Amino acid sequence: MFSLHLPGDDVADLEYDLCVIGGGVVGLAAFRQFCLAGLNVILVERGADILSGASKGNSAILHTGFDAPPGSLETACMQAGYAEYLAIAPHLNLPLLQTGAHVVAWSPEEQAALPGIVAKAHANGVMDVAEIDPTTLYAREPHLAPGALGAVEVPREHVIDPWSAPLAYAWQGLAHGGTIWRGCAVLGGARRDGLWTLDTTHGPVRARTVINAAGNHGDVVEAIARPSPFHVRPRKGQFVVFDKPASRLAASIILPVPTERTKGVLACRTIWGNLLVGPTAEDQDERDLATLDGAVLAGLIAAGTRLIPELAGETVTATYAGLRPATEFKDYQIEVLPNLGWITLGGIRSTGLTASLGIAAHAAHLYGEAIDTLPQAPAPIWTPVPNLAEHLPRPSAEGGHLICHCEAVTRAEVEAALAGPLPATSLGGLKRRTRVMLGRCQGFYCSAAVACLANGQLVDMPGAST
Amino acid sequence: MKAQADVAIVGSGPAGLGAATALAQAGLDVVVVEREQEAGGIPRHCGHTGYGLREFQRLLTGPAYARRLVSDARAAGVAIETGTTVVALTPGGQLDLASSGGRTTLTARHVLLATGARETPRSARLIGGTRPWGVINTGALQQFTYLSGIRPFSRAVVIGTELVSFSALLTLRHAGIAAVAMVEAGPRIVARRPGDWIARLLLDVPVLVSSRLVEIEGGTQVTGVVVERNGTRFRLPCDGVVLSGSFVPETGLIKEGHLALDRGSGGPAIDQFFRTTDAQVLAAGNVLHPIETAGVAWAEGRAAAAAILADCRGDLPCGPGTQITVGGGLAYAYPQRVVAGGPPPGKLMFRARATEAATGRLVISAGGQTLWSRGARLLPERRVQLPAAPVLEAARIGEARIAFETQATS
Ligand SMILES: Cc1cc2nc3c(=O)[nH]c(=O)nc-3n(C[C@H](O)[C@H](O)[C@H](O)COP(=O)(O)OP(=O)(O)OC[C@H]3O[C@@H](n4cnc5c(N)ncnc54)[C@H](O)[C@@H]3O)c2cc1C
Ligand SMILES: Cc1cc2nc3c(=O)[nH]c(=O)nc-3n(C[C@H](O)[C@H](O)[C@H](O)COP(=O)(O)OP(=O)(O)OC[C@H]3O[C@@H](n4cnc5c(N)ncnc54)[C@H](O)[C@@H]3O)c2cc1C
Repeated sequence: MFSLHLPGDDVADLEYDLCVIGGGVVGLAAFRQFCLAGLNVILVERGADILSGASKGNSAILHTGFDAPPGSLETACMQAGYAEYLAIAPHLNLPLLQTGAHVVAWSPEEQAALPGIVAKAHANGVMDVAEIDPTTLYAREPHLAPGALGAVEVPREHVIDPWSAPLAYAWQGLAHGGTIWRGCAVLGGARRDGLWTLDTTHGPVRARTVINAAGNHGDVVEAIARPSPFHVRPRKGQFVVFDKPASRLAASIILPVPTERTKGVLACRTIWGNLLVGPTAEDQDERDLATLDGAVLAGLIAAGTRLIPELAGETVTATYAGLRPATEFKDYQIEVLPNLGWITLGGIRSTGLTASLGIAAHAAHLYGEAIDTLPQAPAPIWTPVPNLAEHLPRPSAEGGHLICHCEAVTRAEVEAALAGPLPATSLGGLKRRTRVMLGRCQGFYCSAAVACLANGQLVDMPGAST
Repeated sequence: MKAQADVAIVGSGPAGLGAATALAQAGLDVVVVEREQEAGGIPRHCGHTGYGLREFQRLLTGPAYARRLVSDARAAGVAIETGTTVVALTPGGQLDLASSGGRTTLTARHVLLATGARETPRSARLIGGTRPWGVINTGALQQFTYLSGIRPFSRAVVIGTELVSFSALLTLRHAGIAAVAMVEAGPRIVARRPGDWIARLLLDVPVLVSSRLVEIEGGTQVTGVVVERNGTRFRLPCDGVVLSGSFVPETGLIKEGHLALDRGSGGPAIDQFFRTTDAQVLAAGNVLHPIETAGVAWAEGRAAAAAILADCRGDLPCGPGTQITVGGGLAYAYPQRVVAGGPPPGKLMFRARATEAATGRLVISAGGQTLWSRGARLLPERRVQLPAAPVLEAARIGEARIAFETQATS
C-alpha cells in the first residue's frame, strides 16, 4: 500500500484558493509562500514523490547571481532567493557551506574575458567579486592543474543541500495548513465563474487560482490555460560524484570561463562531503528520462582529471543526470494572467534552486497586484529538517544503530523519513531525505535491510508484502 | 562493552573470526567488532554450499559455515560485539565505535582489519541508461533472498562471469528468479571450473562473451538492458540486473586515515607479517586483495594471528622494510613490503594478480638482476603464487621487483 496522500470523497469537493501544479523546488517554494500568507493551498505532483523532475539532480550551488544577465528577472529572483535562503536557513536547519567560487582562465582568450566577468558581477551588485593572480589561486587551490593564467574569485557562492531545502518548504507549507497530493497528474482543466476545475488522475481539484510550476512539462500544462507562449526543450546535465577523500582536492567551486551556451563543467565539493564534476549540456526532446552515457561519464572524469590531476586516483561513488527546463528564451517565463486566475512560473532553467524563494515572493507580489489581496500573514511556524550535511553534526554522532554504513545513516533516521511528515514514497525520495544507499557501496551492504524497513511503502522498492 | 583489549578485530567474516579464535585460544583477550546485527561476514548470506572444506573438512552452506565460525570463536572466549560500527581508527590502536548504545572507544595493543570486500556498483562501472530499481550486486541479491525473503525482481541478467557470478545464478534459482543470460565483457568465462559447468549444464543459462553492457532501460523498474557485441547492439528484456564481481576492498574506515593504501589492490599495504604502515594495525582477508575464497581469508586471518603472537613474544623485526615494485601485466602483489629478519620464509605468502590474459614469464628481480623466473599463463582475476625465498632475497639486495614479461609473438 502506497501512502500517496490520495484524495478521499470528502476532500474532493473542497475549493482551494490556490493550486500549485508541480512539486519541484519552484512549486514547493510557491506552496510555502502562499501557505505562509494564509491562503488555502494544494500542491499536486505527478511523480510518486516531490522532486521528481529537474529539482532532483542539480549542482546544488546557491548562486550570488554574479554571472547572471544584469537587469533580468532571473537575476532579480536569484538575488532575492539567495538573500531569503540565508535568512531562513537557520530556522529550517538548512546547511550552508560557504566555499566561494573561482572562475579559472586557462588560455589568453579566457584571461581576457576575466575583467568582463568582474564588471558584470559589479553591475549585478556583487561587489566582492575580483580578479586574483595565479599565486593567490594556487595558494587556495593547491591541487589544481598547473597552467592557470588567472581567476576571478566569488567569495559568497555557497554549496547547499538541494533536497532538504525543498522538503523544508513543503513541511512549512503543510504546517500552515497546506495540502500536498503526490502521484497526482493534472491532465486538463476548465475555468468557470472564477473557479478552475483541474482534471487530475485522482479526480477533480477546484481552485480559484492556478500556479503552473510544471518544469519540463511547463508548456504542456500552460496549454490548459492558453496556447503556450514558450516551448520546453530539456537540457540534460550529467554528473560524476567522487568518493569522500576526493573532497580534499577542491576548496572552492572551480568554474570554467562560461561560453554563450553553457556555464560549462565545474568541480566542487558537495554538502555530503564528496566531490562532484559536471554538468554537461545536452539538448533533448525526452522530458522525463535523463539517461546516462558511459562515454560521456568517462569524458567528465577526464575533464575533471585535467582540472585536478589527483582525481585520477579517486573512485566514483555516484553518477546521475538532471534535466533543465530550458525554453527558446534565456530568461524565466513568469507571467500572471489575471483574467484566467493563472500564474506561470516556467522555463526556470539552470538557477531555480537559488531563485525559487525569490520566484515565490515575486509570484506573491503578482498575485497581490493582479488577482487578490493577500490576507494578513500569521507568524511563521518553523519546521526544521534533519541535518544531512557532512560538515555539521548528524544523528549518528550520538551513536545509534547504523543501517547505512557508508553514509552513517541510523535506522531511526530512515524510520522517521518513512513515517513523515510527507513520508518518502519512492526509494529516491528516501535517499534524498536520509542519504541512505547514496554512499560508495550503493546498497551492497544495506539495500535489503532498507527494503525490510520500507516494507513495500516505496513504489520502486519491493518489500516483503509485495 | 569493554574499553580495552589485547586485540581488537574489525569485521567478523572468515578472516576476522579465524584470527580471533586462534588468538583467544592462545590466551589473549580478543574483541571482534561487527557492524551487522549478525556475525559471520559474507557467508552469512551465501545460502548455497561451497564453504568449509579447508577449515572443517566438510562442505557447508555459507550460513552453516558462518555459525560454525561464530560458535568456535565464542567457545574460545572471543567477545563479539555486533551492531557496532567502527567509524574511525586512530594511531595508538584506538577505535571509535557507534552502536545503539551510543559512541564509545576501544583501545587495543593490536588491531586487525578484516573488513572484507564488496562488488563495484553500477555508478563506478560508468554504465549508461536510466537509473530504475533493479540494478544490484550479488551481495545485495543474496541479502534480499536469504536474509529478507524479498524477491527484488523476477527476470534478471547477470553481468560478469567470476566465481561469484555463478553464486548469483544459484541465488537466482533459489529465489525463483529467471536468469536471462550472463554477459561477459572478456573473450571467455573468468571463473575456473566448475563455474562454467554450472551455467551451461546445470542451469542452462546462455553465456554471452565479448559482450558489454552499455545501457540500462526502464522508468520505475528495469525493463531491459542494451548489450554490445562486435559493434552491434541488441536488447535483452529483463526486470533486474545483477552486477557481479569486480570486487574492491571495503576500506571506508581507513580511506581518510593514517594507513598507506596500495592503489593496485585498493587495500592497505602490508609487510610479510600482515602489518600495515602502522605496525600496531594488521590486515587480513579480502580487504587485502579482492577476492579470494573464504578458506584463503580464514587462513590469512590465522597467519595474521600467528604474527600478532610472534609480536607479543618480541619476535617480529621492526622497520619500514623494502618496498616491492610491481611491473607490467600485474595489477598488484602483496605483501607490498618486506622487512628483514623474523620467522623463516617457509610460511610467507606472496601473491600477485594479472590484469589480462597473457602468456609470458613471471620474474623476480633485484637491481635489474633476475633472481627467479618461470613461464606462466595468466588470466584476469586469477591469483599467481610466488615463492617467498627469492622475494626475500630481492628485498635484501634492494630495488626488488615482481613483473610479468609477455613473450613477443612472432
Ligand atoms: C544539471 C543541472 C544543474 C543545475 N544546477 C543548479 C545550481 O547549481 N543552482 C541552482 O540554483 N539551480 C541549478 N539548476 C536548476 C534547477 O535545478 C532548476 O531550475 C529547478 O530544479 C527547476 O525547478 P522547477 O520546480 O521549475 O522544475 P521541476 O523540478 O522539474 O518541477 C516540476 C514538477 O512538476 C511536475 N509535473 C509536471 N507536469 C505535471 C502535471 N501535469 N501534473 C502534476 N505535476 C506535474 C514534475 O513531475 C516535476 O516534479 C540545475 C539544473 C540542472 C538540470
Ligand atoms: C556472493 C558471494 C558468494 C561467495 N561464495 C563463496 C563460496 O561459495 N565459497 C567460498 O569459499 N567463498 C565464497 N565467497 C567469498 C567469501 O565469502 C569471502 O572470501 C569471505 O567472506 C571473505 O572473508 P573476510 O573475512 O575477508 O570478509 P567478509 O566476509 O566480507 O567480512 C567482513 C566483515 O567486516 C564487517 N565490517 C566491515 N567494515 C566494518 C566496520 N567499519 N565496522 C565493523 N564491521 C565492519 C562487515 O560487516 C563484514 O561482516 C563468496 C563471496 C560472495 C560475495
